[in-house]
Amino acid sequence: MYYPIEGAGTPVTTNILEMRSITKTFPGVKALSDVTLFVERGEVHAICGENGAGKSTLMNVLSGVYPLGTYDGDIVFEDKTMQFRDIRDSEAKGIVIIHQELALSPHLSIAENIFLNHEQRGALGLIDWNKTNSEAAKLLARVGLRENPTTKIMDIGVGKQQLVEIAKALSKRVKLLILDEPTAALNDEDSDHLLDLILHLNGQGITSIIISHKLNEIKKVADSVTVIRDGKTIETIAKSEVTEERIIKDMVGRDLEHRYPDHTPHIGEEVLRVENWTAHHPQDPNRVMVDNVNLNVRAGEIVGLAGLMGAGRTEFAMSLFGRSYGSKITGKVFKNGKEIKVRDVSEAIRNGLAYATEDRKHYGLNLIEDIKRNISVASLGKLSRRGLVDDNEEFKVANDYRKSMNIKSPTVLAKTGKLSGGNQQKVVLSKWIFSDPDVLILDEPTRGIDVGAKYEIYTIINRLAASGKAIIVISSELPELLGICDRIYAISEGRITGELPIEEANPEALIKLMTMETPR
Amino acid sequence: MTDTKAAATETIGPPQNKFTSSLSHVLADLGKNGIFLALIAVVVLFSITTNGILLRPQNISNLIVQNGYILILAIGMVMVIVAGHIDLSVGSVAAFVGAISGVFAVQMGLPWWLSIVLSLGVGALVGAWQGFWIAYVGIPAFIVTLAGMLIFRGLALVVLGNANIGSFPIEYRALGNGFLTDLLGEFEVDPLTIGVAVIAIVFLVVQQVRTRRGRQQYAQDVEPLVWFVAKLVLVTVGIGLFAYALATFKGIPITLIVLAVLVMIYGILTTRSVFGRHIYAIGGNRHAAELSGVKTRQVDFWIFVNMGFLAALAGLVFTARLNLAGPKAGDGFELEAISAAFIGGAAVQGGVGTIGGAIIGGLIIGVLNNGMSIMGIGIEWQQAVKGLVLLLAVAFDVFNKRRSGGR
Repeated sequence: MYYPIEGAGTPVTTNILEMRSITKTFPGVKALSDVTLFVERGEVHAICGENGAGKSTLMNVLSGVYPLGTYDGDIVFEDKTMQFRDIRDSEAKGIVIIHQELALSPHLSIAENIFLNHEQRGALGLIDWNKTNSEAAKLLARVGLRENPTTKIMDIGVGKQQLVEIAKALSKRVKLLILDEPTAALNDEDSDHLLDLILHLNGQGITSIIISHKLNEIKKVADSVTVIRDGKTIETIAKSEVTEERIIKDMVGRDLEHRYPDHTPHIGEEVLRVENWTAHHPQDPNRVMVDNVNLNVRAGEIVGLAGLMGAGRTEFAMSLFGRSYGSKITGKVFKNGKEIKVRDVSEAIRNGLAYATEDRKHYGLNLIEDIKRNISVASLGKLSRRGLVDDNEEFKVANDYRKSMNIKSPTVLAKTGKLSGGNQQKVVLSKWIFSDPDVLILDEPTRGIDVGAKYEIYTIINRLAASGKAIIVISSELPELLGICDRIYAISEGRITGELPIEEANPEALIKLMTMETPR
Repeated sequence: MTDTKAAATETIGPPQNKFTSSLSHVLADLGKNGIFLALIAVVVLFSITTNGILLRPQNISNLIVQNGYILILAIGMVMVIVAGHIDLSVGSVAAFVGAISGVFAVQMGLPWWLSIVLSLGVGALVGAWQGFWIAYVGIPAFIVTLAGMLIFRGLALVVLGNANIGSFPIEYRALGNGFLTDLLGEFEVDPLTIGVAVIAIVFLVVQQVRTRRGRQQYAQDVEPLVWFVAKLVLVTVGIGLFAYALATFKGIPITLIVLAVLVMIYGILTTRSVFGRHIYAIGGNRHAAELSGVKTRQVDFWIFVNMGFLAALAGLVFTARLNLAGPKAGDGFELEAISAAFIGGAAVQGGVGTIGGAIIGGLIIGVLNNGMSIMGIGIEWQQAVKGLVLLLAVAFDVFNKRRSGGR
């Protein structure tokens, strides 16, 4: 069967995969709306988009993570309409997805991982170890990994683990290989090797979809590029027409107006200055995660920290906030011109710092506890006399925040686990506002929140700035940073790669800085 | 009460009529106090099967004295469990401290009060030792206290040197089987016991009324006056009957005084103190607590110091009751204390649990033990029944949470 490809130069061609009009809704959020993706047999197809644009959701629909019936639209693979109920169904057809977080069991060997859940069986249905290891060795040769199949996964580096994942996919007779940000955690050498492997497999007839932010590697391997923004397909670009400028323009779009409340800055004295801040990975002290960061914030100023996931932005914020992340942390912190020590979180809070996490559920809230106690937990000292908490005062404070922050819950005695993302975020913000900080670091303050609630959060941030607080907003959503900040730093691979006043900041310049790779 | 009604509807949102609002309060209370109803059910069941022997004054007095050390352990254990840990060593620690107290009070002939203070100190040190490994080295409490279970059982045997230490001073023994008897002269019904009960009731009522007033002043939702009064009357009658039973027997057991003081102190500590709040915060979400400035290691450490202290106290009460420090002391205490906490509603994942719940859980186990013994049921069946009750209690809890859409 032949279908014309929209936006591509070729008139007719063979498509291995056609995803037609895919729409996927989560409670309160439309993650994908009428997305179309055509992938040609034997090509490397790149999918680009900002964090949260819907790339991973689309791939989860394709691989059966979201089963038939939870989305609208058709998936046609090798000219047949597919009805996947789970990942096993899609793998049986030869569609294999390798997620950013590798799905390997660290204590098992390479061979055991490769054949996990489709073990090589011999007599009596028992595992045939000779066959397992020899088959694994053949697969490892195909991906160019020189390791013994009996080596444990935990004993090889993340680059080699990525190759094991590909070998595992090959063992499942993969026809369409999907790689979600495959090089995000790899160094340059491993990345190059991986990209070469993708091209090599492509030569053997395996079609690949690669999700990536890195424009230079897309240009290197992709035959065509589909850009997704806000859950919609923008366009599919053929290799000959791919330019960085075009991809960036597609990714960020042009509809920045009216999504952000007006904000007139009243900027005062410098409140926080960080000098030569360096932090290493907590388990691997040789790996530099935050590399010699220098930045400052002034009273009433909203400063953006633009970076992709894994760029070291959260690592920077948490290492600064009472060393709650990392090892071998060095650098100086000045508050109102005086050097301060922040050796643990309670010292950071005492020094007027606050950090609202990007991961509300795991690091921000006690989900089995009510709104009241979540708001009070960081400032119980204020609510107590001689070590005893005044319940009534606590109730009053929480209720005041419920009203002023517009937390949609009839009472502050409701458990935070039952609130929507936006309301949970308002509880987290209330907690930190009640601790009365001078500097607030807000990490992805609008992640997983619908548009209406986003506007409310921006309004709250503006209000805080207007009251003289210094604010750092960490985000990978450029329109958001451009919409609310007074000044933006870009961070890539743990380093500050640039600083732009809002007048000079634009998406193109920021993306360039955010994806800048500096040789080590 | 009109002002509160207005406040209540304002916070609740949609207007409710008086009846449904009262009913929802009653139901909510019954749900929260399901464990209390279970205790009453068990008591009723065994008063029938034992032909009323269970509720005889002497037996009620025995129930308290026999279960005192389990209840003391349950108080510490529920705090350990709320923080997301477990302590398997409390039985061994109780035995070890009992033996040490024998050395102090009997072999060395130290004054009884000094022996008690020193023994409690030893318990706190044992707790500090385990707390150090758990909080600062980061070894799971299950492992540390499993090791402690062996270590302190072994040390208890070393201290005892293959013999029992016995015949403790009379003041020491009072801890386990003493009574405040006939201090005001000999009467059929001990006036002191009744007096204390009256004071306790007055204190309780004043306290409850003050709390209610405080909540009303802050425009918080409070339960309907009828239900509030009904509950107070029920509790008053309960305390009254209990006190009457004690008064017609030997009066107030010293163990009960110790328990009452502990319940009061630890009740306030867990519900109203900053430290208590931190325990719940850690149990609910350790990372979030840490990022909110809670010093999780310090809190963990002190929870175990406290557990060591309470295990020591339980050991003293038990030793005093038997008037003997022996090698088998404290055998299986940890399991009864852990059961008490879980039957009393503590969550296996941590973050949930109350002192009151653990006490009631302990009393349920106590009534089961006592009732089945009176009925002449063998120890083998008692074990099996207690195991089943624990399983069902936790299953009920899990079921309840799933239905209400908890985590």
